[in-house]
Amino acid sequence: MTEPMQMKTPAVAAAGGPATAADVAAIEGLEIVVRSQWWYARHRFLRHRLAMIGLIGLVIIFGAGALANWVAPYSFEQIDLNNILHGPTTIGHHYFGTDEIGRDYLSRVIYGIRTSEEVGLVVAGLSTVLGLTVGSLAGYYRGWIDNVIMRITDLVLTLPVLVTLLTVAALLAGKGSKWTIIFILAGFFWTPIARIVRGVFLSLREKEYVEAAKAVGAGDLRIMFRHMLPNTLGPIVVNGTLAVADAIITEAFLSFLGFGIKPPTPSLGSLVAGGEANPQDWWLTVLPGLVLVLIVICVNFVGDGLRDALDPQQRRVRA
Amino acid sequence: MLTYIARRILYSIPVLVASSFISFTFVSLAGNPLANLRANPRVTPETINHFIRLYHLNQSILVRYWYWVKSIFTQKLGVSLLTGQPIWPDISTAIGHTLQIILLAQLIALLLGVAVGIYSAIRQYSVFDYSFTTISFLGYAMPTFWLALLLQIAFTDIYLDWHVRIFYTSGLNSGTIGSNWSMDRLQHIALPVITLAVVSFALYSRYMRASMLDVINSDYVRTARAKGLPERRVVMRHIVRNALIPIATVSALQFGALLAGAIVTEQIFTLDGMGYYFFNRLTQNDTYAVMAYLMIVAVSIIVFNLIADIAYGFLDPRIRYD
Repeated sequence: MTEPMQMKTPAVAAAGGPATAADVAAIEGLEIVVRSQWWYARHRFLRHRLAMIGLIGLVIIFGAGALANWVAPYSFEQIDLNNILHGPTTIGHHYFGTDEIGRDYLSRVIYGIRTSEEVGLVVAGLSTVLGLTVGSLAGYYRGWIDNVIMRITDLVLTLPVLVTLLTVAALLAGKGSKWTIIFILAGFFWTPIARIVRGVFLSLREKEYVEAAKAVGAGDLRIMFRHMLPNTLGPIVVNGTLAVADAIITEAFLSFLGFGIKPPTPSLGSLVAGGEANPQDWWLTVLPGLVLVLIVICVNFVGDGLRDALDPQQRRVRA
Repeated sequence: MLTYIARRILYSIPVLVASSFISFTFVSLAGNPLANLRANPRVTPETINHFIRLYHLNQSILVRYWYWVKSIFTQKLGVSLLTGQPIWPDISTAIGHTLQIILLAQLIALLLGVAVGIYSAIRQYSVFDYSFTTISFLGYAMPTFWLALLLQIAFTDIYLDWHVRIFYTSGLNSGTIGSNWSMDRLQHIALPVITLAVVSFALYSRYMRASMLDVINSDYVRTARAKGLPERRVVMRHIVRNALIPIATVSALQFGALLAGAIVTEQIFTLDGMGYYFFNRLTQNDTYAVMAYLMIVAVSIIVFNLIADIAYGFLDPRIRYD
């Protein structure tokens, strides 16, 4: 495997400076390719076999959820009285069977994916943006805002997340809509991201290039978002990705205990819970749970791939 | 070391006060403990007013919080607002049951996890390593409630189809009262123990493998090999002993987490443990009982975090606290 040659700017070679790699390569007739860090990251990611498997799996599962109105053979509340509690079968295209009042289970699972996917993606997005803003402010300015944030994260750490979530969800249970759950989850998920960003910012603010930017006269916001933020993107992207799986599992946990999204909207957690009453009809529990596990595994694969790809220390391209 | 412990404990007191006040506010606002009484047409308004005065429900949250704090210290975690019974006897039985399950699960998970981790690291990239990596990855990705339900369904179906009772799928005993250690009890708690053990096993085997691989490449292991020590002695005395240090920390943290996190497992297998107690009282708006649970969990998490840190300093002499 040959390492692709790198060249900072073509202008250096043209300016007639000392012989660079580009000059040598030009004499030898080799092609010079200018490759950015992003090129390397993308290349490493696309070559990461597990990450690609995970990405394809996610596109299929989330795609089915997003296009639920077109993909699902039935609506999630349509009742087929001829097939009640029927196992997986091709009769009437009930590939995942039907539930105890004859609703097509494949359609319910697909609509459940849609709910879970919305919760996962929105919670990950919201908490990343919130954690990023708060964490960068805390790390850059330090002082009281830093103190407040560290105390809040300390509080969140004392009480186990699930228990606190249940208590808060019980408080808001009457309103049990999708958005209540999303806001509750995002309210808990931003703290680890803020901690990470704060840590990176604390070390970055002492770097020479930040000092240089200050010397040139760049404003605080420009330094934070133009100079420092791109250098924190690696851990943030990885954490944001893993937060999708975390949020989906946590929502499933809340819905399973009846504190999550209220029926008739199916979510993967409430579908698994619905199967508890019918132990002999295995498909009611097994199938939605299997989808849940697949989502988590795929998200983890993609997260691992991103972690390997976005690590700037790594120049190795996976074969 | 003593000053370090004292400082940690002192530091955790304001955190406890703040978190207990926040959760007290949430739990009190979540619902009215007298909702059942109000719904009963035979209860007169005078009775309800009596209870409102008795429980200070007409006061502000701050005053109610103060009364609760007083009851914690004077009445051993207070009296249930729902039944009027003291909380401590109920919750201590529940803690006993939870501890029994968690201790068994942790023991199994630790023994298996450490053994598998050691072997995977020694035979890195072997079939054994790959298959256990896959298994622990699955165990990690599986939501606890799904695993618990799968086990429950499997053993219910075995009983219904073939009339063999291997493990019971709910409750703690067959009769109303049973002893703590009997065959009957073991058959009842086997499935929840397996559920919790699988999750912890995935964690421990991963950690053990990673920390073994860290140690294997260190200089003193090479020195030990160069001295001509037998491979068995190098592995057991030089590698494993040092690789176990992070496991001590992780298992202390996991123990604290399990104490709180067994809610779903206990709910599914209807075990009268702490999580079951908490969840039932939460749905019935029993403020004081819920708070008692939250406080026990918060204190034990703080204690286990402290134990983890102390154990780390004790096992690894390179770490010094001051």
